[in-house]
Amino acid sequence: MATAAADITDHHDDHGPAKGIGRWLFSTNHKDIGTMYLLFSLVMFFVGGAMAMVIRSELAVPGLQFVDPGFFNSMTTMHALIMVFGAVMPAFVGLANWMIPLMIGAPDMALPRMNNWSFWILPVAFGILLSTLFMPGGAPASGWTMYPPLVLQTGDAFPFLIFSVHLMGISSIMGSINVIVTIINMRAPDMSLLKMPIFVWTWLITAYLLIAVMPVLAGAVTMLLTDQFFGTSFFLAAGGGDPVMFQHIFWFFGHPEVYIMILPAFGVVSEIIPTFSRKKLFGHDSMVYAASSIAFLSFIVWAHHMFTVGMPLTGQLFFMFATMLIAVPTGVKVFNWVATMWRGSMTFETPMLFALAFVFLFTIGGFSGLMLAIQPADVQYHDTYFVVAHFHYVLVPGSIFALMAGAYYWLPKWTGYYYNETLGKLHFWMSTIFVNVTFFPMHFLGLAGMPRRIPDYSTQFADFNFIASIGAMGFGLSQLIFLLVLLTAKKGAKADDRVWEGAHGLEWTVPSPAPWHTFTTPPKNRIAEESF
Amino acid sequence: MTTHTDEHYYVPHGSHWPVVGSVGLLFLMVGISSWLNGADAAFYVFLLGLAIMVFMITGWFAEVIGESQRGLYNEQVDKSFRQGMFWFIFSEVMFFAAFFGALFYARNMSIPWLGGESNNFFTNLLLWEGFESTWPTNGPGNIGGEYQVMPPIGLPLINTALLLTSSVTVTIAHHALIADKRAQLKIFLASTFILGFIFVGLQAYEYIHAYQDLNLKLTSGIYGSTFFMLTGFHGMHVTIGAIMLMTIFFRVMKGHFTPEKHFAFEAVAWYWHFVDVVWIGLYVFVYWL
Repeated sequence: MATAAADITDHHDDHGPAKGIGRWLFSTNHKDIGTMYLLFSLVMFFVGGAMAMVIRSELAVPGLQFVDPGFFNSMTTMHALIMVFGAVMPAFVGLANWMIPLMIGAPDMALPRMNNWSFWILPVAFGILLSTLFMPGGAPASGWTMYPPLVLQTGDAFPFLIFSVHLMGISSIMGSINVIVTIINMRAPDMSLLKMPIFVWTWLITAYLLIAVMPVLAGAVTMLLTDQFFGTSFFLAAGGGDPVMFQHIFWFFGHPEVYIMILPAFGVVSEIIPTFSRKKLFGHDSMVYAASSIAFLSFIVWAHHMFTVGMPLTGQLFFMFATMLIAVPTGVKVFNWVATMWRGSMTFETPMLFALAFVFLFTIGGFSGLMLAIQPADVQYHDTYFVVAHFHYVLVPGSIFALMAGAYYWLPKWTGYYYNETLGKLHFWMSTIFVNVTFFPMHFLGLAGMPRRIPDYSTQFADFNFIASIGAMGFGLSQLIFLLVLLTAKKGAKADDRVWEGAHGLEWTVPSPAPWHTFTTPPKNRIAEESF
Repeated sequence: MTTHTDEHYYVPHGSHWPVVGSVGLLFLMVGISSWLNGADAAFYVFLLGLAIMVFMITGWFAEVIGESQRGLYNEQVDKSFRQGMFWFIFSEVMFFAAFFGALFYARNMSIPWLGGESNNFFTNLLLWEGFESTWPTNGPGNIGGEYQVMPPIGLPLINTALLLTSSVTVTIAHHALIADKRAQLKIFLASTFILGFIFVGLQAYEYIHAYQDLNLKLTSGIYGSTFFMLTGFHGMHVTIGAIMLMTIFFRVMKGHFTPEKHFAFEAVAWYWHFVDVVWIGLYVFVYWL
């Protein structure tokens, strides 16, 4: 606690980073906190990835070979929780922390101390979650959706699961408040809302979604906790409650959650494609309207996750048609990306390759989503590997590829050096080939009727499962190339301020690496010259 | 937008409070989880976590109040705090929405369906034959045993009057602050949190009455669950709000806040109006209808 009079003068930002571990523990610097978020999510990506390797090893051939079914279920549950809340979401928050202040000309995030706390809650949350692996009764094994009554059979891990979800929620809510306030209040004076870069726009909408739905998840898991320990009847039919009610509350959170994981990805891709096409983003404003429409629709489609659970016919029809409507704004986005490239002077550096693969492969995931939206057909697909294929297509070559694209795109701005392009391209091609080898056969498995979340299967599914497992091992190993890229990130040529020839935006006007403090006074009249 | 003298947005450099808070949360969560699993001693870990959290919140706010008093915050910082508070209250609204959602779902969906409505004739016949859909109910299993319903008149009505009055008094206090009438400000601010604490006291009395005389408990099926969880979380928020009002009161006594700059006062007033609005929802949907 500072009380000295000398303190009054040092709010002028004329100081460098603190020495030692204190720089990271007590940080209020958006770049340092962004780096911590990104590194944390990378660690979680490998932890969650290792669990995926356990799953695919077990499923490589029929029969039980490596793990017992209970542990297998723990692996699917923990893999999902860690990838969703520990890898994808914090990685996008890391990008937001690093890039939003640079893109809008702000000195830092609006509430820097709270920014630090949002990050430092995460290691606690995931420390608690991972510790459940060593508890009596094992780690949670009910699936990340935590449906009662199954989840109530969890052993000692149960309250730890609930409270770690609470912590993830608190972290996300505080992070999102910070993002919204920064964007609304901290923009350079001449940056009007519709002049904001698309990445900033998509994050504004994402943060709104997070604040709206994370508390609902907190409510849902609180009801699980009181049902288990305090005798409430929220999900107990004998008491007038309903297990299906949990599914409604959960998916009211859960569906906006999937857009929380993809909207910032749209933003990243919308930054990268114009740069490497050397053209202005086609339909900037329509991108904003499309993202907003997707966000709105995400609140009224949740029950398409529960088509087989028993619902009045009007409900099924409503949720089916509302879900299909999402294809319209998503179509606008894909069209705009393609139109941006149309007759552009294109080059194919690693970020662009990942962005292109994103457009193509995410759209495959979008199409299988449309198939699943058709209620009568979904009765057949529900809880099969078709669903697994669908959401992995939108999350792996979707969110993860966009994150990789963003990481390669901004890495020279962060480190001040070009990364090794050969390694980057190798990473891209290996990832793209193996991601398809892994997940494409799952479509066929699902259509043939293989259920998800089981450690063993009928021999008719053996071939495709074996192929998928080979793909998964390949994909897992390919990610080690990314690690190599990071380790050699400072070995390349020195990056200039602009980094990429076709890059436009305030973040490219500051030196590479971006100094510890940027834009301590708002940049004036630089927005216009930074647009095409 | 900003004056020449304070064109710099105040960015604090380094704070240990967030990490203290994280350590506090670690003890809090591990403590209560282990306690729920039956390790009685873990309750002390929970209490330790709670103590660390109180220490953190006090220290963090003291630091912010100190910075504010030293004039480090320009108008833009003030705006950040305002917007931050607004979105925090919005997240609280959504938390309550989950529990109101549960109440509406139970009343309009799950209970009528258990009673055979819609296409659930066989649900009723095979699972809960003879169960008729009513509200309030503790379900077809008569979970928690016979109970009496909490009537909307009497205590809850008095509580409604108390909270609505406190919303008026906090507004009068705000106007007094703007008009620089400090004596009036102190009186009405004090009466606001006193009304708040009386509300919490009466709510506690109501709970005792429910448990002892009505056999209405948290375990009384879906009615008991929604009744106690909604009013309980609301009561918790009233308590927090009253503590916040008290903090503001002590700051007023120390001479803080000017007619122009008093964000903390307004933030607490917003929060107070928010708990008031939630109560109106509770009174209408939990007690009355």
